[in-house]
Amino acid sequence: MISKNRNLKIFAGSVAGIIVFLVSIFPVYWMLNTAFTPNGLTRRSEPLLFPSNFTWENFQTVLFDSDQTPFWPALINSLAITMLTVLFALAFAFLSSVALARFAFFGRKTFIVVLLFIQMIPGEAMIVSLYRQLDTWQLLNSIGGLTLVYVATVLPFTIWMLRGFVLGVPEELEHAAMIDGCTRVQAFRKITFPLLAPGLVATGVFGFIQAWNEFLLALVVNSRPEAMTLPVWLRTYQQVNNETDWAAIMAGSTLMTLPVLIFFVIVQSKMTSGLVAGAVKG
Amino acid sequence: MSLKQIVPSRKAKPQSRSRKNLGWLLLVPASAVLALVIGWPLINLIILSFQEFGRAQVFGADIEFIGFENYSNILTDDGFWQVLNRSLVFAAVVVVSTMVVGTLVALLMNFVPKRIKVLVQIGLLVAWAMPQLTAVIVWGWMFNTEYGVFNYLLSQIPGVDFYGHSWLSNPISFFGVAALIITWQSVPFVALTIYAGLTQIPKEMIEAAWLDGASGWQRFKDLTFPLLRPIFTIVIILQIIWDLRVFTQIYALQGLGGLREETNTLGVYIYLTSLGSGEFGLGGAIAVVMVVLMSAVSAFYIKRTLEDMDN
Repeated sequence: MISKNRNLKIFAGSVAGIIVFLVSIFPVYWMLNTAFTPNGLTRRSEPLLFPSNFTWENFQTVLFDSDQTPFWPALINSLAITMLTVLFALAFAFLSSVALARFAFFGRKTFIVVLLFIQMIPGEAMIVSLYRQLDTWQLLNSIGGLTLVYVATVLPFTIWMLRGFVLGVPEELEHAAMIDGCTRVQAFRKITFPLLAPGLVATGVFGFIQAWNEFLLALVVNSRPEAMTLPVWLRTYQQVNNETDWAAIMAGSTLMTLPVLIFFVIVQSKMTSGLVAGAVKG
Repeated sequence: MSLKQIVPSRKAKPQSRSRKNLGWLLLVPASAVLALVIGWPLINLIILSFQEFGRAQVFGADIEFIGFENYSNILTDDGFWQVLNRSLVFAAVVVVSTMVVGTLVALLMNFVPKRIKVLVQIGLLVAWAMPQLTAVIVWGWMFNTEYGVFNYLLSQIPGVDFYGHSWLSNPISFFGVAALIITWQSVPFVALTIYAGLTQIPKEMIEAAWLDGASGWQRFKDLTFPLLRPIFTIVIILQIIWDLRVFTQIYALQGLGGLREETNTLGVYIYLTSLGSGEFGLGGAIAVVMVVLMSAVSAFYIKRTLEDMDN
């Protein structure tokens, strides 16, 4: 009796699980489905549920036939800003995380409190003064300006995440290397640094995703067409083609989503543990 | 005991001092960027909120300090209170729906066969990974009035005709769609985090409760929830913070056919007041109110995190 009941429960649960799966991926499926369907066929009240008339023409449209809102400059801006953000954020966060994890000094805790506080300040509130600040520095609509803003916005979390990774490498390993004749710096470079590599990759990918996806600050700071990043470009593109070409809009969305999707799967587990590291332990 | 410990070495002190300084030195680059891009603008924001700073001042007119006038202006403005209430109610609804669905999905993952569990995890990852903006645009397309797949699917139900139904032009269903999109994207974080906690609970405890005849709800209420309370607390706080400051989803949905006036939330309101209408002083005051509001919630998060760090 009990086991029959249990089997029924597991069956019902499996059905529910499949529903969760379908609901979760449906928007992504629908994006791809529309992106690979000829535009004319998407404009029907009875949509095609499968890309049965498979075509690449929508990608052609986005990549080469959109003179009004060209894709390539936005891609180049996004790539440049994202790469620079990752580079600087990683370097600065690495130094800070070593300081926080390996050194005991006066004011360490204060720094951490300030860091957590900064992480919680909503960017929505900062747009007013950030806009004016960058205007004063003549950094509006530039790669450097938005990069600077992004480095600052991802730093608190990247420092916090890397600190966890540095703490994960036992200091005793360094001491052992020092007994074997390494200097402290050598010990760090030869022992700790290689062990940190996965952490650096995960943190870097986190920064990449943040900078690649960010919309609000990019909208405020880089609003000129030639300075746009991909998210702002995509919204403009959608506004321009709203009435006529949803297939191309979906192709554009696909182009922006794919790199993130791939990267995200790589670091997902590390991001969750970083965000709630403290909570899970307790 | 070694000699070193009895006789303090002469070198010890300066070394440790230089170590202290090195600690600070390593923090310099990050601190400089944060001070320059967050700290300084934050101070300017507070100053700005006490100034008369509109379009005229942008074009060179004198900037005047007007005390609390910006604040009294917004606090006596019905429009502001409407936006604030709307943001609070909307955030509350989304936090509740995200937590309920997220917890249910986590519990589900904990008892289905492994293959189904992997399937659920893949689905959650895909939803989580989608950039906010593309998510809104894709959902907007699915809810499209003329060619949207939802109107088509709903109309397949016998007796139901949703062809040509506009979801975004009515503020209530606008927020319904917004809540759906945000819940869809927030559930993965909540579900995977709570699931990670569930796997930490010893199987024997669950089985003991099972043998005692505790029902599913009782087991959750008396066993699982108390054990996972720290995780629930932090996840709820993060959800409140993220849902209160929502911008991208609302702003992009408005661009797909919402009525601006009736669907603004706090973040969008600040954007439209300051950068839209050029009322920087007023926008600054609203932003300060928002920071204060969020700090109150964040204080819990910070306290929590510090406590965990000390343990």
